Amino acid sequence: MDVRVTNVRKEFDRFPALHDVSLDIHSGELIALLGPSGSGKTTLLRLIAGLEMPTTGRIFFGDTDASEWTVQQRNIGFVFQHYALFRHMTILENVSFGLKVRPRSTRPPAGEIRRRALELLDLVQLSGLEKRYPNQLSGGQRQRVALARALAIEPAVLLLDEPFGALDAQVRRELRKWLREIHDRTGHTTVFVTHDQEEALELSDRLCVMSQGHVEQVGTPDTIYDQPSSPFVFGFIGESSQLPVTLVDGEIRHGNTAIGQSSGPLTAGPARLFFRPHDVDIVEPGAGLTGTVHSSRRVGGTRRVELDLGAGQLAEIDLPFDQAFSQSAAISFRPRRWQLFSAG
Amino acid sequence: MATKLTARRRRKASPTSESPLVQGLLIALSLLFMGVILLLPLYAVFHEALSKGIGSYFAALLEPDAQSAIRLTLLVAAIAVPLNLIFGLAASWAIAKFEFKGKAFLITLIDLPFSVSPVISGLVYVLLFGAGSVLGPFLKSYGIEVLFALPGIVLATIFVTFPFVARELIPLMQDQGSGDEEAALSLGANGWQTFFRVTLPNIKWGLLYGVLLCNARAMGEFGAVAVVSGKIRGQTTTIPLQVEMLYNEYNATAAFALASLLALLALVTLVLKSALEWRFSAEIAAGNH
Ligand SMILES: Nc1ncnc2c1ncn2[C@@H]1O[C@H](COP(=O)(O)OP(=O)(O)OP(=O)(O)O)[C@@H](O)[C@H]1O
Ligand SMILES: [Mg+2]
Repeated sequence: MDVRVTNVRKEFDRFPALHDVSLDIHSGELIALLGPSGSGKTTLLRLIAGLEMPTTGRIFFGDTDASEWTVQQRNIGFVFQHYALFRHMTILENVSFGLKVRPRSTRPPAGEIRRRALELLDLVQLSGLEKRYPNQLSGGQRQRVALARALAIEPAVLLLDEPFGALDAQVRRELRKWLREIHDRTGHTTVFVTHDQEEALELSDRLCVMSQGHVEQVGTPDTIYDQPSSPFVFGFIGESSQLPVTLVDGEIRHGNTAIGQSSGPLTAGPARLFFRPHDVDIVEPGAGLTGTVHSSRRVGGTRRVELDLGAGQLAEIDLPFDQAFSQSAAISFRPRRWQLFSAG
Repeated sequence: MATKLTARRRRKASPTSESPLVQGLLIALSLLFMGVILLLPLYAVFHEALSKGIGSYFAALLEPDAQSAIRLTLLVAAIAVPLNLIFGLAASWAIAKFEFKGKAFLITLIDLPFSVSPVISGLVYVLLFGAGSVLGPFLKSYGIEVLFALPGIVLATIFVTFPFVARELIPLMQDQGSGDEEAALSLGANGWQTFFRVTLPNIKWGLLYGVLLCNARAMGEFGAVAVVSGKIRGQTTTIPLQVEMLYNEYNATAAFALASLLALLALVTLVLKSALEWRFSAEIAAGNH
């Protein structure tokens, strides 16, 4: 189901957690809400769920205004960060809960409920554990029970708040792949909150990057990574360096060094240049930006070198791991791809 | 010399553990204290109650006034405890799950009966419902007696025992938060289903614990009840009041026979309480009582 959030503002005791947020969620997609702590991701998710009500603004489910609907009416599946499994119920009872509490007219017979719950436990690969209690499961298993429980009510939208937040890196990666598979198999419209950009980039069809209660940018992982629309997004997603530059007739200059031509709307005056460490070319000494090696560390298969460009400006570039250089050597490079933002 | 030092240091397992002598002294002192203050009186109660043989013990319990006192005590507890269970649940629910103005004040108010002398609590009801008050004569004109009758005793008991359930549940419910309830709602459960299937099972042991303490106090309350009951023999005397009256009449055997019932209640409560604590300590909020 399509979900449209339009001009939503949410205040807690006069403190605005969300300012004028709009977001279109397409039916069947897996969309990530990504942003630093306190940016309003959980608040937005809870507003969609109906666990909070917006101060102003509307939320549509399909073409219907759902702003006044209760949580129950919205028929959402919510997976809480700390799972919120019912500790006094077995795994099977947890998963069946949503079906058991239905009014008699829509409640399936007991045998059918059991069959569906077992089927879901099979889907989340927990067959055989249905008689256990939540405290007898590992974190990753609890997470999967929480997902099965949410899926049991055949929700219109599946909402997950930092579903893997409390798990270690190894389990996170496994569950991530697995969530993608489940999503592809069941086709639920899914919104998940994360502050792990790697997770968001890898898992989602689209990302919504948030900062301080605003939506900064919405787009596919490629768009977000390659064409960040604001300095915040550029700085927040992936590694990047920024340098103050001046534009003279569309030419980008850092001090006396020409870096290239500006193709954007900015043509003259001071600006900020953003580039990623792997988007640089190493050039002959003096033929580009030159800096001395300040520090270096190994990142995966490359060596990330921090260069001191003078005047307290630092820039990070990637070098092949086997390239030899000495400490405090001078290295010249030129950004291959970059983005310019006004010097605000 | 050096080895001796390290050996001595090693024996001191933690920096706060005292030497064996001090430990022994402290333990002996506590045991002595417990013996004198708790066990000795308990022994004395049963000893005195049975001093004239088991026959007169039961005769004292079967005596009509004693029977009436037992019945009244049970009746008062049967009314006061369920009401306090509901009040306590409602109050702790409101405090733990909602934000509202005056919350801190409500919490203080709940503790009030603990900090007011029971006699004063009783006197407040005398002022409220006595002959000189507005309410008393008004109710009397409709044939409702509050003072020196069952309603007054129940009211005073409720007042004195109000905090037990609420004090037990508030920290427990605050600690559990409302995550489980939100999960239940998101799965389509309505308010009642959420309460009976999720909230209540989550707090049931804490609730039972609170009710147990509430009941023990309700049956044993003396001060507040003494003021409002008027001590009409065979009508408004509860067990504790009857014990005092018998004792003042130098009928020690009968007094201690009735008192032994309260002592038994205390013992049973203690055993149940320990069993609950042992079995469900995590589900019963610590730091109370
Ligand atoms: N119930 C509440 N009462 C008051 N303020 C709140 C409440 N919930 C959230 N806030 C505030 O709203 C802002 C956004 O909070 P939110 O929980 O949505 O952030 P988040 O992006 O999910 O952060 P995190 O990654 O740390 O979970 C924060 O400044 C927070 O303090
Ligand atoms: Mg959050």
